[in-house]
Amino acid sequence: MSEDMDDDVAKKFLYVNRKAPYGTIYALESLEVVLIGAAFEQDVSLAFLDDGVYQLIDGQKTTGIGMKNFSPTYKALGDYEVTKLYVEKESLEERGLTVDDLMDIVYEDEDDDWEEKPSIRLVSRAEMAEIMADQDVVLSF
Amino acid sequence: MSTLHTVNKSPFDRSTMASCLAHLKAGDAVLIIEDGVVGARKGTAFAATVTAAIGNAEVFVLGPDLAARGMGEDDLVDGVKIVDYDGFVDLVTKHDRTQAWL
Amino acid sequence: MAYELNGETYAADEEGYLTDLSKWNPELAALIAVDEKIDMTDEHWEVVNFLREYYDEYQIAPAIRVLVKAMKKKFGAEKASNKYLYELFPYGPAKQACKIAGLPKPTGCV
Repeated sequence: MSEDMDDDVAKKFLYVNRKAPYGTIYALESLEVVLIGAAFEQDVSLAFLDDGVYQLIDGQKTTGIGMKNFSPTYKALGDYEVTKLYVEKESLEERGLTVDDLMDIVYEDEDDDWEEKPSIRLVSRAEMAEIMADQDVVLSF
Repeated sequence: MSTLHTVNKSPFDRSTMASCLAHLKAGDAVLIIEDGVVGARKGTAFAATVTAAIGNAEVFVLGPDLAARGMGEDDLVDGVKIVDYDGFVDLVTKHDRTQAWL
Repeated sequence: MAYELNGETYAADEEGYLTDLSKWNPELAALIAVDEKIDMTDEHWEVVNFLREYYDEYQIAPAIRVLVKAMKKKFGAEKASNKYLYELFPYGPAKQACKIAGLPKPTGCV
């Protein structure tokens, strides 16, 4: 393992998010680990499937439940060079949602004159399985 | 390149196992542990989903978790195999990555 | 711990970060700065105000490298380096500037 650790080549990390926010601590924990882990400059992607798609829904208002609304933080991920947020199409459809129900999340592409580009990438269930199979490390939340 | 998936929740309580089985690639393995083992029992409403997955990937249950819930080999969906803790470790080392479905 | 200012008490955690960021005001910031042995200049305020704006928009205090990058975009290259920020806040810009700005300790800050 040690030779891997010394390697300069970035590893592919996928954070898998399958739970809605607020009811459990998983979504917030995942986001915090992503932000901390971003310092290690690996090739990071996030997957949102099943109830995890609710983490990205637009218009979250949490004052009534006395919890911090952490949804704006997803919009900071681009600053942390986390620019691939894969959202599963079937999971949205099963919940009566479309990509238009989600927040606008963009990143500035350093290699393209800092042009703003969407971070959310809609993928099918089969494509999501491919993405999962393409990782060095998969972390589930 | 293949993945070992682990699932520890009953499919009658959570959608975790269904979601896992819907994201398998050929050559992957699924190891069902803890409360998940009730999903590998034959004759349940979930059995057909497990059978369909076996065509694509190997499905294992952890023997001690099965025994603790009063089940044995004869109670399992055809094609589901039993491993012990050493077998769990072997599965982890045999595959390129482990994905724990929570 | 807590800060006392004009007869009011402002609760803070054991490291001196304000418990309720909505209670923050510039006078309180100046008081926290004294505790941190920082003499607040316009350049210090620029960073503190920038952190508050960032928090307001994203609900997090940015990591130092993110702060540097974002400062570069807003204030230009000469104000966007670790060196510049450490000269202003010698005990760590993330820690000291966030504390003065009334924000929680940055995520992942050790």
